[in-house]
Amino acid sequence: MKMTGAKIVIESLKEEGTEVVFGYPGGAIMNVYDEIYKQNYFQHILTRHEQAAIHAADGYARSTGKVGVAIVTSGPGFTNAVTGLATAYMDSIPMVVISGQVPTQIIGTDGFQEIDAVGISRPCTKHNYLVKDVKDLPRVFKEAFHIASTGRPGPVHIDIPKDATINEADFEYPKEVDLPTYKPTTKGNKKQLKKAIDAIAEAKKPLLYIGGGAVLANCSHEIRELAKHTGIPAVETLMARGVMGHKNPLLFGMLGMHGEYAANMAAHETDLLISLGARFDDRVTGRLDQFAKRAKVIHIDIDPASIDKLVKPDFPIVGDLKNVLINLLEEIEEVELNDFTSWVNALKEYQQKEPLRYLENSDGSLKPQWVVERIGKLLGDKAIVSTDVGQHQMWAAQFYPFDYPRQWVTSGGLGTMGFGLPAAMGVARACPDKVSINITGDGSILMNIQELLTCTEYDLPVINVVLNNNYLGMVRQWQTLFYENRLSQTDLSIQPDFTKLVEAFGGKGYKVHTKEDFDIALKDAVASKKVCMIEVIVDRLENVLPMVPNGHALNEMTLLGDK
Amino acid sequence: MNNFNHYYDSEEIRRVVSVIVLNEDNVLSRIVGLFSARGYNIDSLTVAPIPQSKYSRITIVTNGDRRIIDQIVKQLNKLIPVLKVNEHQNVIEKDTVLIKIPIDQDISNIDVIARAYHGSIQNVSDDAIFISATDAPSRIANFINVMQKFNPLEIVRSGVVAMER
Repeated sequence: MKMTGAKIVIESLKEEGTEVVFGYPGGAIMNVYDEIYKQNYFQHILTRHEQAAIHAADGYARSTGKVGVAIVTSGPGFTNAVTGLATAYMDSIPMVVISGQVPTQIIGTDGFQEIDAVGISRPCTKHNYLVKDVKDLPRVFKEAFHIASTGRPGPVHIDIPKDATINEADFEYPKEVDLPTYKPTTKGNKKQLKKAIDAIAEAKKPLLYIGGGAVLANCSHEIRELAKHTGIPAVETLMARGVMGHKNPLLFGMLGMHGEYAANMAAHETDLLISLGARFDDRVTGRLDQFAKRAKVIHIDIDPASIDKLVKPDFPIVGDLKNVLINLLEEIEEVELNDFTSWVNALKEYQQKEPLRYLENSDGSLKPQWVVERIGKLLGDKAIVSTDVGQHQMWAAQFYPFDYPRQWVTSGGLGTMGFGLPAAMGVARACPDKVSINITGDGSILMNIQELLTCTEYDLPVINVVLNNNYLGMVRQWQTLFYENRLSQTDLSIQPDFTKLVEAFGGKGYKVHTKEDFDIALKDAVASKKVCMIEVIVDRLENVLPMVPNGHALNEMTLLGDK
Repeated sequence: MNNFNHYYDSEEIRRVVSVIVLNEDNVLSRIVGLFSARGYNIDSLTVAPIPQSKYSRITIVTNGDRRIIDQIVKQLNKLIPVLKVNEHQNVIEKDTVLIKIPIDQDISNIDVIARAYHGSIQNVSDDAIFISATDAPSRIANFINVMQKFNPLEIVRSGVVAMER
């Protein structure tokens, strides 16, 4: 059947099972928006800024594992979307982002709202397309969704000139993709796996080092089974929170710059580091040449380029983590392993010696860590937790009792302030049975504050808990520790009235100074089913600890007792 | 036991990498962009379609330590339109140079020198003489050095093409 390019876009999204699209219209994309008006296949959620549309699609994708979809216009619409693309790219989130472009005959003439969109998105997407010929649209959509969701996932950008949305072509959605140059490896090499199992059999202090890839590969079950069957202890990166579940006795917490003492010591002392979908990020390893320096390394990753990038593993295995783990679980059945009880007990001793902790103030003022713990106690597995970036993000990662993967939505790789609120909108839309909490700071929340209105319009009851210390806290912490307390541009004493602010956008606001008030506010907020802002006045000078200073080894942590 | 200090030999090596890519828009910018984004070097780059196919061959001469070269190959392989990446160990390499020399130079020896580098005089105009030579890149570099004494007006190099032995 012949139809316009704009209609082909809509039909293609339908074919891919898209149920919601986040976006913002404009000149070059108007024909697509005209078709959105006429269709009832999917909901369109109008955000109030293009960056937020991408983050919302990202939050939707992270919390469900489905491909998130966003639509923006050319020029500034697209450039606003770039931060969202880069955020998703760094954390390998499957998304398809569609942008309008000026008509093909105008391209290259510096037309109104023209920018070289594919030139800009190339380094921050898994792949991108400029579709000049309407006939290519169905194939491009099929490929885009396939590329976004297979192999190492990532965002794919489709730039469509306006004339390609007007021109007509026959629409037949391809059943298969035909991409001879794109064949991700999914099955791990059996011989390598055998060698890795031999290494596990020899190890005395093995450690599961779990990364965000474990969430993306949906293999939390297999990892928990592996730990249970072998007794090997585990640590998680920031991106892997929830994979093991906080109740798991073999989980020793998050490792890295703000990792737990026991987790970092485990990485320091292990003799066999088993990397499961992790990529040895500098915030995880600290000083690289000291990281797990007593260990042999098994590195399982879907992306061959992750292997050998920073650390040369003894046993590299390229493949889909879930597939590899299923094989590993089968094969390891018959292998006699060492008893790891004394190794696990040693880690337990570390945990008892230096548990994750904070000191309560005698004057009753609230500690940010208490707030996170309290949300965890009151909501636990009923909440999906999004964050912005900074101190609050680290406290949330440290102190929230995560039960399952995809319960935790945070910008890890790029570290994008302004991510939390729009991502939590995507979560609220994707998981209406859960409470969508955005734990944020007084700096970050203002970076996409306009999205409160989107929440109001579409009944997305996001609860924003603002840990307000009147500082750009993480930068302030570094200035205190490494810049002789010269607080350059980090004092945020001048602030809006957050309660009035959220009320102006149609939500509910609470200002909280005490524990009792916090409980009342959170319960009321959950019951209200509205977008809420709970501003919690917390200790201004609290630091995130433990902390491995930049360039130091993981065992060289600054702990709570140190001053 | 591992020692992450000594994972890779940090010695710089020169490598010829050929990349087989789909002939499509933007493909060269993807390759070049990858090199600049990740801080890899390009010493030379040539591109031409592969006859009777929808692919092109890009030949890149680069340098870096073992880790960098490995990453270049892997990162290139990740690009969607890339079919194949070969890091060559044992190749025949050819480079072509065109040199324009003013006619008032002492040109009696030029033809002899050019032939020593598999080159020849291509053209003579009113005011200049044009020489071309095709040879291994290091020999072409030598040839260009030798030709400096004729005060060349212009030197154009093609970049390296290579084929595995």
